[in-house]
Formats: sequence, C-alpha cells, structure tokens
Amino acid sequence: MKSHVVLAALAATLAATSAFAEVAPTEVTFEEGAVAQSLTGTAGNAEEGSKIVANRALGNCVACHVISANSADFQGNIGPTLDGAADRWSEAQLRGIVVDAKHTFPDSVMPGMFKTGPYIRPGDAYTGKAAPADLPPILTAAQVEDVVAYLLTLKE
Amino acid sequence: MTLRTRATMFAAAAALACGFGPAMADPAEAELVVNEDITITTKAPAAAHLEGHLDTVYSGWLFREAETRKMQMDDFDNPMFVYAERGQEAWDTVEGTEGKSCANCHGDIAEGMKGVRATMPKVNAAGNLWSMEDFINDCRTNRMGAEAWKWNSDNMKSMTTAVSLQSRGMPVAVAIDGPAAEFWERGKEMYYTRYGQLELSCASCHEQNYGNYIRADHLSQGQTNGFPLYRLKDAAAVSIHQRFVGCIRDTRAETFAAGSQEFRELELYVASRGLGLDIEGAGVRP
Ligand code: HEC
Ligand code: HEC
Repeated sequence: MKSHVVLAALAATLAATSAFAEVAPTEVTFEEGAVAQSLTGTAGNAEEGSKIVANRALGNCVACHVISANSADFQGNIGPTLDGAADRWSEAQLRGIVVDAKHTFPDSVMPGMFKTGPYIRPGDAYTGKAAPADLPPILTAAQVEDVVAYLLTLKE
Repeated sequence: MTLRTRATMFAAAAALACGFGPAMADPAEAELVVNEDITITTKAPAAAHLEGHLDTVYSGWLFREAETRKMQMDDFDNPMFVYAERGQEAWDTVEGTEGKSCANCHGDIAEGMKGVRATMPKVNAAGNLWSMEDFINDCRTNRMGAEAWKWNSDNMKSMTTAVSLQSRGMPVAVAIDGPAAEFWERGKEMYYTRYGQLELSCASCHEQNYGNYIRADHLSQGQTNGFPLYRLKDAAAVSIHQRFVGCIRDTRAETFAAGSQEFRELELYVASRGLGLDIEGAGVRP
C-alpha cells in the first residue's frame, strides 16, 4: 500500500522532470548530424507520426518524399523515398535529420523541423506576414519524437 | 551528380520497386502552335549567363497536362481573352483630365505595342527599373490625368494582357547590361536567397527540382514568358509579381509587395533566365 503511493509519487516526479527537461531547439546537440538524446525523454507515438508526415501545416514530409506505407495523397519526389529509412539510418541519425537535416546533408533543400533560425525574412506560417518574435519551430519536440517513432517503422 | 538527378533516380527506383509513386514527368515533348498559326518557342538552349546552372530552358507550358496545354492553343478556349478584350476596349477609351486615350498617343495597339512586352522590365529615361505596370500607370497619371490602377487590379491585368499579346511569338528581349546591370545583379542575388522558415530559394524549386513533384505540383523552371496568365485554380489572371508573392509565401517567409523595387529586380533576373523562349502573350496554367 505504502509502496504504491511511493511509486505513484515517483512516477509523477519523473513525468514532471521529463516534461521540464524537454530540449529546446537551441539546445540540441548534434554529433555528425545525429541527435542521440530524445527531445522529450518519452518514446514518440508512431501513429501520430504517420499523420504529422502527411499534414500540410506540420511536417508535410510527403510533399518531397514517397512513403508507400502512408495513405497521404500526392506524394512528391524531391527527396529520396523514405521506404526502408529505418534500415539505412539509426534512431539518432533519423532524429538529427528531422530536427535539422542540414547537419547531415549540408546544402539540402530539406527544411529544419525543430529550429528557430536564424532565417531570412521568416514569416508567420503561410500568411506571407512577418513572423512573431518568438516564432515556434515547425514541429514541437513531441511531434519530432512522433515522426522519429514513425520513421523507425519504415523497414523494407 | 546534381541533386535533381539523384532525387529522380531515387524516385525512379521507388516507382520500380513498388509500382507506385509520383509519375515521372519531364517536360512534355510538345509544340505550342496557337490558332494553328503562331508557333511559340517553348524550349531553347539556355543563355550564356546560365552556364553551370541550366543547359536548356523550358516554358512552364511544357510542364502542364495536355488538357491545360490545349486551352492555350486556341484563343477561343483561352480564358485570358476576356481580359484581352477589356484591355483593348480600355486602350481606345478616353479617360482623365487630358481627354486622351492610349490610342491617341500610341495609335493602333498592334503597331504601337509590338514587341514591348518582350523587353519588360526595363530601365526608363530617369534610370529607374520599371515593369510594364509602371509604364502604364505613368501614362495614365502623367499624360492622361487619370487615376493609377492598382498593380493586381482587373483593369491593370486586362491592359497588360492586351499589350503582351502584341509580343506573342517574339523572343524574350530583356536588356541585362548597361544601366540594367545593377538591378539584374540584385535580382540574381534574390533568386538564390533561401527565404523563410523553410529556407528555400527560387533555385531550390525551379533550378534544382524542375520536373519533380512537390506534393501535387509538377515543378517547372518558374519562367515568366507566359505572363500574365490565367490560373484555373484561382479562376483569374495572375501577374508576375502576384506569382512571386505566392512562391515566397510558400517558403513560410514574409513576402515583398507586388510592385516593390525588390520584385522589379527579381522580375528582370527571372525574365533573363527565359532568354531564348518566346513571349506567350497570355498563358493558361492549372
Ligand atoms: C522541401 C523538401 C523536403 C521536405 C519537406 C522534407 N524532406 Fe526529407 N529530404 C529531402 C531531400 C532533398 C533529402 C535528400 C538529402 C539531400 O538533400 O541530399 C531528404 C532526406 C531525408 C531522409 C534521408 C533519406 C535517405 O534514406 O537517404 C530522411 C529520413 C528524411 N529526409 C525525412 C524527412 C521527414 C521525416 C520529413 C518531414 C518531417 C522530411 N524529410 C521533409 C527533402 C525534404
Ligand atoms: C516551395 C517551392 C517553390 C519555391 C521556393 C518557389 N516556387 Fe515558384 N512555383 C512553385 C510551384 C509549385 C509553382 C507552380 C508549378 C510550376 O510552374 O512550377 C510555381 C510557379 C512559378 C511561376 C509560374 C511559372 C509558369 O509558367 O506558370 C513562376 C514565374 C515562379 N514560380 C517563380 C518563382 C520565383 C521567382 C521564386 C523565388 C522568389 C519561386 N518561384 C520560388 C513552387 C515554388
């Protein structure tokens, strides 16, 4: 009985700490393009990830990549197909590519999904208006983890 | 290997592997002959200044579906002719305090405006870089005593359409040297600047990735020789600067305004990437 309470309290503390310890865009550490540390301390949700990659206002990864397993319409071909991405890249490498692919592919056209600049004439999403001073990254830390979890399911 | 060919190969492999994926889509092998009469050059060797960037330049027309291409091949099917007719009417209409129409000074539009569109934008007598819209408004305000038209108004688009048609089938002829050089240089810098939160330049889409698909859109080289053009999606005519606004907005950037100095300079540079192509007068796009 008592140990239950202790456990519950411990779990609550852990949850609070991990929420508190969420990594900020400016604090991400890259090692040869890879990001080893989870941005949230919690495993991402692959099912959410499958929606984020198809959502035009969020990752919109299928604008540039084919993902055969995804039902999104009109998948583009600016980048390589992501089929089998998990066979080619480790979790840390995939996280690094999603956070800011330019650490892996220096001049890539792939946008950084978890960064806040510096940008040239940043806008407020797709309004054409100037961005607010505290422009949020395109994806939140939790959304990045969801996408990484989803990418890890893409095996040939 | 360029990014473009690499991405194309990956995609080709994907399409082979699973029989699924975006259609492979190079520019169409097609000829643009309007009204079975006017042949328009839509593919040409790139100008010398594009060496190392592009070998061949293609009109956006070649990247559209056969159905859309066809609409531009017959003036009866081309929705821009509604604008052209209104423009022609305005050409002959007296307006403003001076009691003049465009025709009073320039005569028949077919004579007075022949070849004009092909040279736009260009440096005016005072040394400023002007788009066609600026020249039109200068005549309206200073010579006719009429009100200026808004850049993207129906009146302005109707007039630019009527004037552009008088250069249909003539090669793009913008000057990029002499007094135009400094404007052209700044336009070029803009073309390669990666704007917005998506950090994409014009070149990211229209030089590195033309022929590829970005979601549902088949990317062309982003040439301006077809403007002003009808956009079926908007059910309206679109000006060059209006298209620039849309493309920069799509990089999650703060855009520049239609009619801004920046866009005049970008317009000159982009027009010069189309040297070798013909003016289409009034294009049709999806
Ligand atoms: C504007 C285009 C664009 C968008 C949007 C985009 N990517 Fe990419 N991506 C690329 C390109 C191009 C490459 C190839 C690397 C290069 O630039 O050479 C790439 C590479 C990758 C790779 C490595 C693929 C491999 O197997 O080699 C992964 C994984 C990836 N992207 C995931 C994503 C995810 C996930 C998203 C969305 C959250 C996304 N991309 C959005 C253009 C894009
Ligand atoms: C995020 C991708 C993207 C970027 C960046 C981009 N464009 Fe576009 N652009 C498009 C798409 C999609 C279309 C419609 C299909 C096509 O013609 O490529 C288009 C069309 C155009 C057209 C119309 C071409 C025609 O024949 O109908 C012009 C002109 C153009 N773009 C110029 C530019 C310029 C100049 C820039 C830089 C300021 C730019 N674009 C940046 C995606 C982009």
